[in-house]
Amino acid sequence: MKISGAEILVESLKKEGVKHIFGYPGGVVLNIFDVLYNEKDIKFILTRHEQGAIHAADGYARASGKVGVAIVTSGPGATNTVTGIATASMDSVPFVVFSGQVPTMLIGNDAFQEADIVGITRPCTKYNYLVKDVKDLARIIREAFHIASTGRPGPVLIDMPKDVSAGKTDFEWPQHVHIKSYNPTYEGNKRMIRQAAHEMIHAKRLVIMAGGGVIISDASKELKELAEFLNAPVTMTLMGLGGFPGSHSLSMGMLGMHGTYYANMAVQNSDLLIGIGVRFDDRVTGKTNSFAANARIIHIDIDPTSIRKNVRVDIPIVGDVKRVLREMLKDLKEEGKKKQWSAIKKAWLKQIDKWRKEKPLSYTYDNKVIKPEFVVEKIYELSEGDAIICTEVGQNQMWAAQFFKYDKPRRWLSSGGLGTMGYGFPAAIGAQLASPGQLVIDIAGDGSIQMNVQELATAVINKLPVKVAILNNGYLGMVRQWQELFFNERYSHSRLDVVPDFVKVAEAYGAIGLRASKPEEVEPVLKKAFKIKDKPVFMDFVVDWREKVYPMVPAGAAIDEMIFEEEETKTEKKLKAVK
Amino acid sequence: MRHIISVLVENKFGVLSRISGLFSGRGFNIESLSVGETIDPTVSFMTIVTTGDDQIIEQITKQLNKLIDVIKVIDFMDVEHVEREMVLAKVAPKKEDRAELLRLAEIFRGRIIDSGSTTYTIEVTGDEKKIAAFVELMKSYGIKEFARTGKVAMAREGKKQR
Ligand SMILES: Cc1ncc(C[n+]2csc(CCOP(=O)(O)OP(=O)(O)O)c2C)c(N)n1
Ligand SMILES: [Mg+2]
Repeated sequence: MKISGAEILVESLKKEGVKHIFGYPGGVVLNIFDVLYNEKDIKFILTRHEQGAIHAADGYARASGKVGVAIVTSGPGATNTVTGIATASMDSVPFVVFSGQVPTMLIGNDAFQEADIVGITRPCTKYNYLVKDVKDLARIIREAFHIASTGRPGPVLIDMPKDVSAGKTDFEWPQHVHIKSYNPTYEGNKRMIRQAAHEMIHAKRLVIMAGGGVIISDASKELKELAEFLNAPVTMTLMGLGGFPGSHSLSMGMLGMHGTYYANMAVQNSDLLIGIGVRFDDRVTGKTNSFAANARIIHIDIDPTSIRKNVRVDIPIVGDVKRVLREMLKDLKEEGKKKQWSAIKKAWLKQIDKWRKEKPLSYTYDNKVIKPEFVVEKIYELSEGDAIICTEVGQNQMWAAQFFKYDKPRRWLSSGGLGTMGYGFPAAIGAQLASPGQLVIDIAGDGSIQMNVQELATAVINKLPVKVAILNNGYLGMVRQWQELFFNERYSHSRLDVVPDFVKVAEAYGAIGLRASKPEEVEPVLKKAFKIKDKPVFMDFVVDWREKVYPMVPAGAAIDEMIFEEEETKTEKKLKAVK
Repeated sequence: MRHIISVLVENKFGVLSRISGLFSGRGFNIESLSVGETIDPTVSFMTIVTTGDDQIIEQITKQLNKLIDVIKVIDFMDVEHVEREMVLAKVAPKKEDRAELLRLAEIFRGRIIDSGSTTYTIEVTGDEKKIAAFVELMKSYGIKEFARTGKVAMAREGKKQR
C-alpha cells in the first residue's frame, strides 16, 4: 500500500521509538501536521518559538540519552532553528530536525518562505539531507538517527520539500544502515592503551580531566573505577560535570577560566594528564603553551579531529571512552600487581588538599543582600542534590557549575561550547518531559531568561513543573564583570535598565511567580516552589549586582594565573554606586 | 609545506560545498582543486593542493576523513607518486618571434591546439616545475589568456598509500 511522505515520516519515528516531537507548524509542513492530528503514540509539543523547540529537543536528548526530534516549517521556521542546532553541534547532542521546504520545483526560485537551510546548517550539523524523492525518505530517516546517535553524536537536519511529504510510495523500513564512508572508531589502539596504563601507574602527579564524552559514552562507572583504582584526583570540564561524582573525595570540581584553584593548580603541576572525552577548549586551557607544561598528555576521544587540535598530545587514543577505559582497567590491574605503587600518589593528594584548604571555592555571605552563590547553595541543599539543573549563560551558569555538586550524569544541562543565552529554560522543558516527576530547575540570569521567556506558555499548557531560579542582578552580569575588571568600569550597554516584574510575567502566562529580596526569604521561596507539581514557577531572586564570579583566569593567561575575591576588594572600595 | 591531498567522495550534490566549507570555515587555503568522476560513477575524485604546517595538514586530513561523504583521504606527501597538471596558454608573439615560440613549445612537448591570425594556443602537461618554467618563458611573449586544470596525482605502482 502506498502512503504519503508525511505518513512515512511519522511511521519511521515510531520505528525509532520516538515518544515526543517538539515543533511549530507552517505552510509547507501542513501535510505532516495533518498526520499528527489525533496521533496517539507520539506526543507533539507545540513550543512558542522554533528556537525553543530545538533547545527542548536538545534538553530532552541530554537528559535521556535518546535522540530528540523537532519539526518546523520552511524559511523563517527553519532559520529560527540555527542557534539551537549550532548549540547542539558544539556540545555533541543527538537530535533530528525536520524542516519543511518549498516544493522541489520551486527550490532556487526565491519562492515564498524559501531558505537554503541545508546550505545554512551545513557547518553546524553533523550531516544534513535534502530529500528529493519520497522513495528515499525512510532510508534517510533511518540514516539520520544512526548518524545523530553514533560516533561523536550531533544534530542532523532533514529538509523535506512539500511535494515529498505529499508524494506517495510504499513504506519499507530498512533493516540495516550502511553508509560506506561512515565508520566511527570505537575500539582504542591496544598498544597505546597499554602504554597509557603503564605511564599512569608510574606517574607521580597524575590528574584525570573528564569531559562530556564520559557522559555521552555512559562511562561514569568506568571513570570512577579508574580514579579509585589509581587514587587519582579528577577535575571536570563544564561539559563533564556529573561524569564523576562532584561530592567524591577525589573530585576537584571544574577547571578552567572559572575553575577551582586546586583543580587548575593540580593540572598545571601534574606530570601526567589524562584527558577523557574532552576537546581542550580554550576556556579550559587558557594560554595553551603554558597549559600543563610539564606533563605528558594522554588524550582519549572518539573524534580524531579533537586530538592535537589545541594542545600537544603524547599518547593519543581514538575510541569510545567506555570501551577504552574498560580495556585500560584490565591493563592497569595486570600491571598494578607487579609493584607497590599506591603510596606514591599520597604525597600528591596531600599537596592538592593543601591547595584546597588554601583557597577553597568561596564567597562572602551577606545578611542584608542575597548573594547569588547563596541561592545556588540553597538549591543544592534543599534538593539534596537530586535535581536536573539547566542553566542559561553568564554568571548564573558559572555559579551553577561551582556551587552545586553533580553526582550523576545527565543532571547538568548547559550550553558549554556555544554559550547560548536562552538555552536553559526550553532545555528544562525538554528535560522535564523526558523525566517526569524529577525536580528540574533552570538557574537563569535576568537577561538570558528573556531570550526564550515565551516558552512559559509551553510549560503551562503541558503542566510541566519546571522551576526557574532567576538570579536577578539587573545586568548582563558577566559582561559587566569583564567591563569592571578589564574596561575601567565602563558599563557600556550591559545594564538592563528595564527588567520586567518576573512575578507578573509568570502570572500573566498562568504560571506561579515568587520573589525573594532578602537572604532569609530564599529558603521559603525555594521550599514553596519545590512543592508545586503542576505548573512552572518563576522565582525572582533579587541578588547583589556587584557580585562577580571567582576565581577567574583573565582571557589569554595561563590557568594558574587566577584572580581571587580578596584581591578584588581593593577595587571594590573605589566602586561608585552606579545603581 | 605544500601538500597534494586526494579525496575519494560520494558523487552527490552538496559534497563539494562540504569540502570547500571545511577549508573556508577554518581559514585553510585551497591553492588548487580538481574534481572528476571515477570509474565508479557514484564516486568522485578530488585533488586538493593546500599548504600548512604539520599540525594544519593533520587537522585537514582528519577533518576530511570526518566528513560523512568522504570515503578515503590520501596525503601524497607520504607517498611516492606522479603528478600532472595541464595548462592552456594563448600567446600573441610578434611576427618575428613565432618560429622561436614554436620551437620552445616543442621543448616542453607542448601542442598547438589552436591558432589564429595573431595568437597560438599551446597545451602543456607536466609537473609543477615544468609548468612553472613554461609559464615563465611564455610571459615574455605576452600571454593573452591562461587556464590550468589544477593538479592530479597518483601513487607509483607498489607504493603503499596510507
Ligand atoms: C545569545 C547570546 N548573546 C550574547 C551573549 C554574550 N553574553 C554572555 S553572558 C551575557 C550576559 C548574560 O546576562 P544574564 O542572563 O543576566 O546573566 P548574568 O551574567 O547576569 O548572570 C552575555 C550578553 C551570549 N552568550 N549569548
Ligand atoms: Mg543578569
